[in-house]
Amino acid sequence: MSGLGSTVTTAPPVTPRMTAPVARLQDVSLSYGKTLALDELSLDVPAGCMVGLIGPDGVGKSSLMALVSGARAVQSGQVEVLGGDMGNKRHRNEVGPHIAYMPQGLGKNLYPTLSIEENLQFFGRLFGHSAAERRQRIDELTTATGLDSFLERPAGKLSGGMKQKLGLCCALIHDPDLLILDEPTTGVDPLARSQFWDLIAHIRSERNGMSVIVATAYMDEAERFDWLVAMDAGRILATGTPHELRERTNTTALEAAFIALLPEEKKREHQTVVVPPLADDENGEIAIEAQDLTKRFGIFTAVDHVSFRIRRGEIFGFLGSNGCGKSTTMKMLTGLLPASEGRAWLFGREVNPHDMDTRRRVGYMSQAFSLYTELSVQQNLVLHARLFSVAEKDIPARVAAMVSRFGLGNVLDALPSNLPLGIRQRLSLAVAMVHKPELLILDEPTSGVDPIARDNFWQMMIDLARKDRVTIFISTHFMNEAERCDRISLMHAGKVLVSDVPAELVKKRGAATLEEAFIGYLMDADGQVITPVDAPVLQTAVAPETPSSAPRRQRFSVSRAFSYTLRETLELQRDPVRGTLALLGSIMLMLIMGYGISLDVEDLRFAVLDQDQTTLSQNYVLNLAGSRYFIERAPLNSYAELDRRMRSGELSLAIEIPSGFARDVKRGTPVQIGAWIDGAMPSRAENIKGYVQGMHQGWLIDVARHQLGQDISAAATIETRFRYNPDVKSLPAMVPAVIPILLLMIPAMLTALSVVREKELGSIINLYVTPVTRSEFLLGKQLPYVILAMVNFLLMTLLAITLFGVPVKGSFATLSLAAFIFVLFSTGFGLFASTFTRSQIAAMFVAMIGTLIPAIQFAGLLNPVSSLEGVGRLIGQIYPATYFLTISRGVFGKALTLSDLHASFGPMLLSVPVIIVVSIILLKKQEA
Amino acid sequence: MSHVSMSHISNIYRLGVKELWSLIRDPTMLILIIYSFTAAIYIAATAMPDSLHKAAIAIVDEDQSPLSQRIVSAFYPPHFNTPSMISLAEVDPGMDAGRFTFALDIPPNFQRDVLAGRSPSIQLNVDATRMTQAFTGNGYIQQIALDEVNTFVLRYRNTAPPPIDLALRARFNPALTPAWFGSLMEIINQVTMLSIILAGAALIREREHGTIEHLLVMPVTPGEIMLSKVWSMGLVVLLATAISLAVIVQGALRVPIEGSVMLFLFCAALHLFATTSIGIFLATLARSMPQFGLLMVLTLIPLQMLSGGTTPRESMPVFVQTVMLAAPTTHFVASAQAILYRGAGLEVVWPRFLALIAIGSVFFIVALARFRKTIGTMA
Repeated sequence: MSGLGSTVTTAPPVTPRMTAPVARLQDVSLSYGKTLALDELSLDVPAGCMVGLIGPDGVGKSSLMALVSGARAVQSGQVEVLGGDMGNKRHRNEVGPHIAYMPQGLGKNLYPTLSIEENLQFFGRLFGHSAAERRQRIDELTTATGLDSFLERPAGKLSGGMKQKLGLCCALIHDPDLLILDEPTTGVDPLARSQFWDLIAHIRSERNGMSVIVATAYMDEAERFDWLVAMDAGRILATGTPHELRERTNTTALEAAFIALLPEEKKREHQTVVVPPLADDENGEIAIEAQDLTKRFGIFTAVDHVSFRIRRGEIFGFLGSNGCGKSTTMKMLTGLLPASEGRAWLFGREVNPHDMDTRRRVGYMSQAFSLYTELSVQQNLVLHARLFSVAEKDIPARVAAMVSRFGLGNVLDALPSNLPLGIRQRLSLAVAMVHKPELLILDEPTSGVDPIARDNFWQMMIDLARKDRVTIFISTHFMNEAERCDRISLMHAGKVLVSDVPAELVKKRGAATLEEAFIGYLMDADGQVITPVDAPVLQTAVAPETPSSAPRRQRFSVSRAFSYTLRETLELQRDPVRGTLALLGSIMLMLIMGYGISLDVEDLRFAVLDQDQTTLSQNYVLNLAGSRYFIERAPLNSYAELDRRMRSGELSLAIEIPSGFARDVKRGTPVQIGAWIDGAMPSRAENIKGYVQGMHQGWLIDVARHQLGQDISAAATIETRFRYNPDVKSLPAMVPAVIPILLLMIPAMLTALSVVREKELGSIINLYVTPVTRSEFLLGKQLPYVILAMVNFLLMTLLAITLFGVPVKGSFATLSLAAFIFVLFSTGFGLFASTFTRSQIAAMFVAMIGTLIPAIQFAGLLNPVSSLEGVGRLIGQIYPATYFLTISRGVFGKALTLSDLHASFGPMLLSVPVIIVVSIILLKKQEA
Repeated sequence: MSHVSMSHISNIYRLGVKELWSLIRDPTMLILIIYSFTAAIYIAATAMPDSLHKAAIAIVDEDQSPLSQRIVSAFYPPHFNTPSMISLAEVDPGMDAGRFTFALDIPPNFQRDVLAGRSPSIQLNVDATRMTQAFTGNGYIQQIALDEVNTFVLRYRNTAPPPIDLALRARFNPALTPAWFGSLMEIINQVTMLSIILAGAALIREREHGTIEHLLVMPVTPGEIMLSKVWSMGLVVLLATAISLAVIVQGALRVPIEGSVMLFLFCAALHLFATTSIGIFLATLARSMPQFGLLMVLTLIPLQMLSGGTTPRESMPVFVQTVMLAAPTTHFVASAQAILYRGAGLEVVWPRFLALIAIGSVFFIVALARFRKTIGTMA
């Protein structure tokens, strides 16, 4: 294999036959809120061939694919796929296993913390394959894609190309008839890209009749496809073979053909980019110089001894795939990242993160759009000008200049998030230019921008470089952009392979295009070329009677649910923060609450203003000071002191004994002792009041008997028996109550997060497009959290017995059974909270508010439900926490068993199916 | 560290103003702030019932005499539910199931024994797992029942009242209205929670939107970025506190404030310096908003529950009390209680203020060091 060009096994050219189309769309419209993504679109997608959807970002390609795959619900119009209506749930369930969908975004449907093997196993299980079958398929697919030697590597740590290969393997694991790939090669290096297409071609050649629909932003890729659909603004511009499209528009390249197909008013803005040559002065000033720049993250070397020199006014390009080290190099130059090794200079001064002067000479535009979306266009410009210390009087003029130069006049007050991508990109450039920098560092500034906007953007940069002599250091993965640079460096795996003028590189390599030259360099660098396809792929796939195509639909598949359980468990193990919270969170909170919600009022500080100073008055004080509730402080001397010391919070109680106290008592003259209580904390004050009154009464009887020799026995007495907790201590009362609260809040929060995470990260798509049902998905995800919560229950019980010294007096089995039922409810509540929340933060809030408030306020933690009124009482009566609280207190404190507590089990048992069924009903199987 | 110059101050100011703009255009956060300082406080203040409210009581009347009838009819709402009359055998199961908290057993021949001066005793069973009602309820019941007995007895014989009277007065909150306490403590909790959320979220939002990277290539130092968030978010919370104090607490809830509101706000500002720094510190530990949320749950609960604002500090183990001296909430709660309830002035609370400044500085320095260290991995 000398060059890859010769190994390309293009599938036999298929002329779209007029057999039944694989997908047929009629008058399909789709909108997200106010944005119209698809506009009354009608299209027949021919079967058995490779169909390409071309067009820039945001024209509706992804929406169309999501509709065809069944991931998104049809809003209006008719979508027929594989001979049936996708609006029909039964048909969707039937054809689901025959469609494979790989969403946009590198590894979007993969689980980053899971290894390649684990990801593939998960998908295999979802489609109900046996262990042996899974092994065979995984081995075949990974051998064919060259992933077999990395099976243990987590998906998140793969390069872009490898992620896409893994995504493809996951999509192909069940032999689909229709393969839908949404921009599978965006951000992937050219070698990996070409290998990817070879793989697809090979699979198609072996599996005749498989239809493939691909979306792409790379026009050069689209040349290979059998049939193309050019799209713009939710409509179809044209369809036909690549050859037909070029012929129709009288152009030689597809990109030009696409531009020619655009409506007039869009074309008008377009002008062909011409790059005037760089005035060549070899001795010119050097703007950037890097020597052996290296960056390591742990053992991973992101940038490996990179050296280059960029002259002033030059447009210098970095070409390479995602993750090859382009961005890291740029960040080191800006001082964002310290270099592990090597040095770099900007304008002859060594890069130093504390050098504010150099920063003022540099403009930087990072990969993603990163302006303040909450500030208007004008505010963004002004803020940046100020932060770059442009003199206040110059700011209006400078901002005006940027506005006119970059054509932002009519969007001044708009918020950036409401602007189209092309304009946002211009705004980013304007912001980077507002302080007149001499050097611009631009990290993939044009990704996702349509060809016309891209060309306009380039025109502006060329003007800056040539007219204003601004040095431009730009990174890109578009070949045609790289061709416009004065010089480029090809980067791969942290290394610069070669740097030169683009035309020179092509010539040196003897290649036809820059892409071919790049692929050549990549193959030299890699040494070992991953032989893409030697072994036949998918032997099982060829056999038509594969088990997976047999009707396997059943109402509830334990194995599919279990595959989610297994996956969830693995993910939880690998997420340190969630894992810690799950295991240690409740222990930590139990300690805090056990000590924090202590209602024991002891060791209260008091002082006495004793104006009598007799044995009797001292006896009164001793009576107080001797109890465990009070601690005596230095005596008071005046009312002013009493006031001051009470205000500072030092004293919770002040006692005043009047002069002549002992004398009056002896005489039987009525006398009054004054007691002031700090009422700042009413609950504490109530307790103090009780203590003081009790002790006063006791003292009176005592004095009467012993000192005065009187018998003033009461008419009757009351004997109080504090049951279950004879010392009336907080811990035995609170600990059994804290367990239900923690078993409610944390499991609910974790379960809610686990579902909403999938929504936020995008892997929820696997629920939409695989045969897994809603109940399998939810119950499968619930199970690990139920187990975890039970482990927590055991830990907390252990803690209660050992550390807090609160024994389980009653039946532990009863308590465990109740805990199990309760945990089913609390995790079910988490599922419920996840069905209507979209972000993890919202899910956390809902889970917390929905559990904590009713549990603390209404379930009888502090005040028994019988003491509540109105809505609070109603909530308390239906909320299962109330009943578990009764059971927990009953078993812990009252030595009760199942026979005493069975009445409390009923409501809890009822709540579990209710909350779970409601969650299943509310969860959507398609994106709305 | 470079010296403080005009450009530092103007950068800190500009970036802070930017934070305020971001906040104004973030409806979720605004709703959260408004809710926390209005409805949440109102609910917390009014939901806290009096310590003895509709307590469930059952009475076993084995005497069935005029005196026992008197005692039964002395228990009525709102302190108690109308008593349920039960038999002796129903006491244990009823208490086990938690149907009532108190069970009063009036023995046979009670009235006869009272009149004969034999001083019989009534048995009171209290479910002591219900801590909040057990203790106070016991006191109330004793007093109510014995009062009835004494008045009854007075008709038949004349005994002298006890010669020594106890004049009990509650200072600072004479009627011991729980709303006075609940509303102000809730404000304190909201100050802590919101300042941590706002400052932390402001940093995480910058990271998630990639704007932090942008800031760091500009002539702006990490210290300026951090200070800008501290002052702007602190200011928002401080303003919300002041408004809530005036409108909700003094206005809607009619809670009298004895001390100087200005002194309290000054104290809150010191506290905010510490809590916003904590927020930023947590944000540097978390890799995403959800992780930040989880960390916050673990931090906020101890900060609030062990500060002395929920239960008295005296009742916590000494070890916990000592550790919590390092938490800003402890000093904030203590000074806020002193200022707002007891009208204490600066001459009383200054040691707490010094502690707040010290704690705030330590948190700020630690957060800044951590922030500097992590900006590499953030960008």
